[in-house]
Amino acid sequence: MTDQTGIIVAEGAVAQEADNVGQAQSLTQEAWRELRRNPLFIISLILIAIFLVMAVFPGLFTNTDPAKATLKLSATPPSADQWFGRDLQGYDVYARTIYGARASIVVGVMATLCTSLLGVIIGTLAAFYGGILDTLVMRLTDVFFAIPFLLGGILFMSTFPNTVNSGYWSVVSKVVLALSILGWPSIARLMRGAVLQVKPNDYVQAARALGASPWRIVRSHILPNAMAPVMVVSMINLGAFIAAEASLSFLGIGLVSPAISWGVAISDSLSLIRTAPWILIFPSIFLSLAVLAFIMLGDAVRDAFDPKGR
Amino acid sequence: MATATAPTAHTSEYQPQDGLLLEVEDLHVEFHTRYGVAKAINGVNFSVRQGECLAILGESGSGKSVTAQAIMGILDMPPAKIPQGSVKYCGHDLLTMPEDRRRKTRGPEISMIFQDALSSLNPTFPVGWQIAEMFREHRGMNKSDAYAQAVRLMERVSIPAAKQRVKAYPHQFSGGMRQRIMIAMAISLDPAVLIADEPTTALDVTVQAQIMSLLQELQQERHMGLILITHDLGVVADVADRIAVMYAGRIVEQADVRDIYAKPAHPYTKGLLDSIPRLDLKGQELSAIGGLPPNLMHIPPGCAFNPRCTMAQDICRRDRPELVEVGPHRKAACHFSEEVLNA
Repeated sequence: MTDQTGIIVAEGAVAQEADNVGQAQSLTQEAWRELRRNPLFIISLILIAIFLVMAVFPGLFTNTDPAKATLKLSATPPSADQWFGRDLQGYDVYARTIYGARASIVVGVMATLCTSLLGVIIGTLAAFYGGILDTLVMRLTDVFFAIPFLLGGILFMSTFPNTVNSGYWSVVSKVVLALSILGWPSIARLMRGAVLQVKPNDYVQAARALGASPWRIVRSHILPNAMAPVMVVSMINLGAFIAAEASLSFLGIGLVSPAISWGVAISDSLSLIRTAPWILIFPSIFLSLAVLAFIMLGDAVRDAFDPKGR
Repeated sequence: MATATAPTAHTSEYQPQDGLLLEVEDLHVEFHTRYGVAKAINGVNFSVRQGECLAILGESGSGKSVTAQAIMGILDMPPAKIPQGSVKYCGHDLLTMPEDRRRKTRGPEISMIFQDALSSLNPTFPVGWQIAEMFREHRGMNKSDAYAQAVRLMERVSIPAAKQRVKAYPHQFSGGMRQRIMIAMAISLDPAVLIADEPTTALDVTVQAQIMSLLQELQQERHMGLILITHDLGVVADVADRIAVMYAGRIVEQADVRDIYAKPAHPYTKGLLDSIPRLDLKGQELSAIGGLPPNLMHIPPGCAFNPRCTMAQDICRRDRPELVEVGPHRKAACHFSEEVLNA
């Protein structure tokens, strides 16, 4: 009798184990569960979603033409008709703020993509092949690190100044280029460190011993295990790039009127800060929220993927 | 299509001559470090035939793992350097082969399993994916065929509920199961030679026995040449056909497994055998070999074992003994091997 119950218990345990196989979670799944319960993550995700929609379909938020100036309404305060008031030229501040999201998001996303791509490729190659290539690349990043981010951007933009005829996209790509040139070294260094950490692992050695080609070792074994820090830092950087774009536009060397951007709006509003503060306040709030959302998202993701935080 | 679970005939360009698969001749490996040159291997000779299991025995730092890595070609060079020697697989020297051609021998011809199966499996992919990867990389199979093969292999190495577990990650398996998966990956392409570098060191004793018998079973089923690297004399006794004992980068004794257990011909082997706890000698103090293995940057002149040897004479400090025949199928490198044998 006792023997029988023993068998039943054992069978039960086996069945349970089989069930657990289905439920058992990988690091990514666990991180995802953690993230879903994090209010900061939800808030930043919602904010980012709103900004993205705003950048792609600004027409969903406003029917007012942002390029329509009504001079006689110059600097009217906010009211039911014009929620954020009007600026010196008589433009609707609400419409301009909505349309301004596009420049920030485009510059932020493109600069992040470029820096990540460049940094990941260069950092991985340097760490994987090592030797003289590694030394050269790392000294090159040292050179770039010596240049302060914003100062470098100002230098680049004033060396290749905008002309009156520069189109919107040519100016945007120039800003992206400036930010990418200055931003890749930090990603490359981070990636190099991560790859160096992954490379001596036994599973990389095992892959070599089982005949994997260098390309497959990098793609299947090194990249998936070394990407996490770069992804987090890239997300935080996205916020920083948006701020940098606004700074350059504010200084008059990034986007310029008639292009619509938060930085340009803030710059134009400064002279009226005491008489018509709404022209300054609303684009500033949007800019801060956008930067904050990306930084918060990066933070939340980093915490979720860090097993030490559990 | 040939199945991966049944032994297949080798149709490759590599054909063993008289069953001889691997010949290591006069292999030297040194590591160039900031502090000097460490001579990890100083002239090692051995060969492996089809269906034969050679155990390479030695303590940490004796050069047994480096030998395995040199055969596989996964030593990091620099700092490692192979100043002389050859590793011939079916008559082709692996050391002078172009890297791309050599890479293609890893997996289908010579394969390897590692000590710690958890760290030898990629934590970011399911185990089935990793086994299937072998077929996709080397045989160009499509995804579903490769997965079917992976399940079949997992069943072959006795993983329960293989179909369900093929999508599980390495950390969801126990130590023994992980080593089984590592073995499945290593034998997936039907290698002629399998190198097992301390395959059971990270496992507990009961699991050790299971893994060893699985290895033995696979070796006999596929007629593989197996090189078993270990420091554990108990592990090799049942599985190995021949044993090579390494000390300070040299083989000091090589013999059939029965002969060596019955009568060692080198004082070092004798010391190793005496240090195994035995049930019939209760209450006695366990004998150990005094001292430490030599620093590989300053290997003592003469016989490298002389500072620790109880039988050392002047000649041992002066002349290095060569590995010579001391009986049928057995060699030893000791000036006094006759005395040790007859003791």
